[in-house]
Amino acid sequence: MNAALIITQFLNGISSGMNLFIIAAGLTIVLGVLRILNFAHGALYMMGAYICFSLTRGIMGMTGNFWLAVAAATLAVGILGLVVERVFLRFLYGRDHTYQLLLTFALVLIFGDIARFVWGSNVLSVPFPPGMNGATNLGIVQYPTYRIFLSLAGVTIAAGLWYLTQKTRWGRQIRAATQDREMLAALGLNVPFIYASVFFLGSALAGLGGALHAPTVSLVPWMDAGVIVTCFIIVIIGGLGSLWGALLGALILGLLDAFSSVFIPEIKIALIYLLLMTVLVVRPWGLLGRPGSL
Amino acid sequence: MRRRPLGVALFVVLLALVPQFAERWVIDLFTEILIYALFALALNLMVGSGGLISFGHAGYFGIGAYAVAILGTKLGWPFPIVFVAVVLLSAAAAGIIGFFSVRLSSIFLSMLTLAFGQFIWALAHEWKSVTNGDDGFLNLARPEFALTRPSFYYFVLGTVVAGAGILWLVVHSPFGRILVSTRENPLRAEFMGVDVKRVQVIAFVISGIFSGIAGALFALFNRSVFPAIAWWSGSAEVLIMTILGGMHSFFGPVLGAGVLLFLEREITQYTQYWPTVLGLILVVVLFAFPDGLAGVTKLARLLPGRKKR
Repeated sequence: MNAALIITQFLNGISSGMNLFIIAAGLTIVLGVLRILNFAHGALYMMGAYICFSLTRGIMGMTGNFWLAVAAATLAVGILGLVVERVFLRFLYGRDHTYQLLLTFALVLIFGDIARFVWGSNVLSVPFPPGMNGATNLGIVQYPTYRIFLSLAGVTIAAGLWYLTQKTRWGRQIRAATQDREMLAALGLNVPFIYASVFFLGSALAGLGGALHAPTVSLVPWMDAGVIVTCFIIVIIGGLGSLWGALLGALILGLLDAFSSVFIPEIKIALIYLLLMTVLVVRPWGLLGRPGSL
Repeated sequence: MRRRPLGVALFVVLLALVPQFAERWVIDLFTEILIYALFALALNLMVGSGGLISFGHAGYFGIGAYAVAILGTKLGWPFPIVFVAVVLLSAAAAGIIGFFSVRLSSIFLSMLTLAFGQFIWALAHEWKSVTNGDDGFLNLARPEFALTRPSFYYFVLGTVVAGAGILWLVVHSPFGRILVSTRENPLRAEFMGVDVKRVQVIAFVISGIFSGIAGALFALFNRSVFPAIAWWSGSAEVLIMTILGGMHSFFGPVLGAGVLLFLEREITQYTQYWPTVLGLILVVVLFAFPDGLAGVTKLARLLPGRKKR
C-alpha cells in the first residue's frame, strides 16, 4: 500500500460520508422532533435521485441543467414529504408509534412501485455536471472533481444546519421540541407548523442527498434499501436525534467503507455491524447522544 | 371461550381433508398459507404479546431456508439433524440480534432488527462460497416421507399445528403473561422483579426458532432458495399479515396469512404492482381497523341482536 492510495481512500470516505450525512441529517431531525422513524426516508432519497435524472435530461423542450435539477428535486421531494405529513402522518400522532412506523413502511412499498412505474427497472445513470467529470490535481493525487464538490457541499450543508438550528428562532423551537415537546404547546407555539416544517426539511434533505448522489450511483427502484439501512446505522452510532452525531456517524461509516473495500473487502459488511454492536454495548445511546434521550 | 378448542379441532380436521378433494393449486396455496401462518404466529409472539415490532424476521426465515439447502441438500445431512440445526441456528441468530436490540427503546428496536435482517440478506448475497450468492440453490431434497404433494402437505400441516400449539402454550403460560406485562408497563414489571430484557430476549429466541422452521418448510415447498427470501420486504409482508389479521388475537395472524396470500395470488394475475396494493391494504387497516380483521369480528359480536358472551 502506498500513500497516494491511502489519501485517495481517505478522500473517498470523506466524500461519501458527507453525502450520507445530508441524508441521515434529515432522518435524525425528524426522529428527534416528531419521534417518528421514517422508513420512507430512503424512498424519498430515491425520488430525489430519479427526479434529478429526469430533469437533467430536460423537460418540455428545455435542456436540463444539473444544478437546477438538483434544486428542483430537493424542493419537489420536500413538498412530497409535506403532503405525506399533512395527508397521512398527522392523523397518527396520537396513536401508538407502531402505526406511524407501519404507515411509513406502506409508503416505502408504494414509492418503490412508483419508481418502477415511471422510470422502469433498468439501471439509469445521471451524467456528471459540466466541468466536473474530470479529476483535479491535489498535489499528491489526482482526485475526481465531483467528489471534492460533494465533500464541500456536505460541509456547507452542515454549516447551514448549524446556523438554522442554533441561530434562528425556528431552530431554537425545534431544539426545544427535541428535548420536551409537551412544553411547546404549553408555551403557545404552533406545534402543527413546527412538525410540518421539520418533516419538509427532513424530506428535502433526503431529496437533496439523492439528487447529489445520483451521478455517482446506479439508479434502480430498490436503491432505497441500502441507503435506509446505512442511515439507521449512522443514526444509532451517532446518537439518537443528534445532528452532530449523524455527522460523526456518517464520516465513520464513509471512512470504514472506503478503507475496508480496498484492504479487507471480504468482511466489509461484517465490519460495519461489528462497529454497530460495539457501540451498542459500550454506549447504547450513541456516541454523541445523551443517556435516556429517547 | 369454552367452545374454542372444539372450533380449532374442527378447523384442523377440515384442513386435513383438503388434499382429499382439492385441486393441485389449492393444495399448494394451502401449503403456503400454513407455512406463513406459522411464520406470522411466531412474529406475533413478539409483536402482539411483547410489543416488540421486529422488521427483520425475514432474516430468521432465510436462515431456516438456507440451513435446509446447505446442510440438507449440499452436505446431505439426514433430515432430523437438519431440523435440529435449523432450530439451533435460528435460535442463535435471534438470541444475538435480540441481545443487542432490547438495549434500545421500541422505535430503535425496529431500526436495529431491520438492519440485522438486511445483514442476513447481505450474507446470503455476498458469501458466495457458502450460499452460492445470487444463484442460490435449486432442486432441494425433500425428506423421504414427504415426496408427493399430499404427503408434503400433511408434513407441513403437522409441523405447523405442532408449532402453533407450542406457541399457544407459550402465550398462555406464566412466561406469556410476564411478556405482556413487559409490554404494558416495563417499569412496573421491573419493580416486581421481572428481568425485562431477559424476558424480551427469550421472546426473540422463541419467535426466531419458529420463523426459522417456517423458512425451512418454505424452502422445501419451493425446492429452491435465493437471497431474496431474506430481503426486508419479506419482513414487512409477514408483519402486515399479523397486523391485518389482528395482533391482539392469537389466531388473527393465521387469518391474515390466509387473506393476504389469497389476495396476492388473485391480484398478481392482473397487475405487477402488488407492493402498492399491499401498501394500500396496510394504510386502510391502519386507519380503519387498527385491530385487524379479528378486531372486526369482535366488533360484530357486540352488535345488537347477538348475545354477548
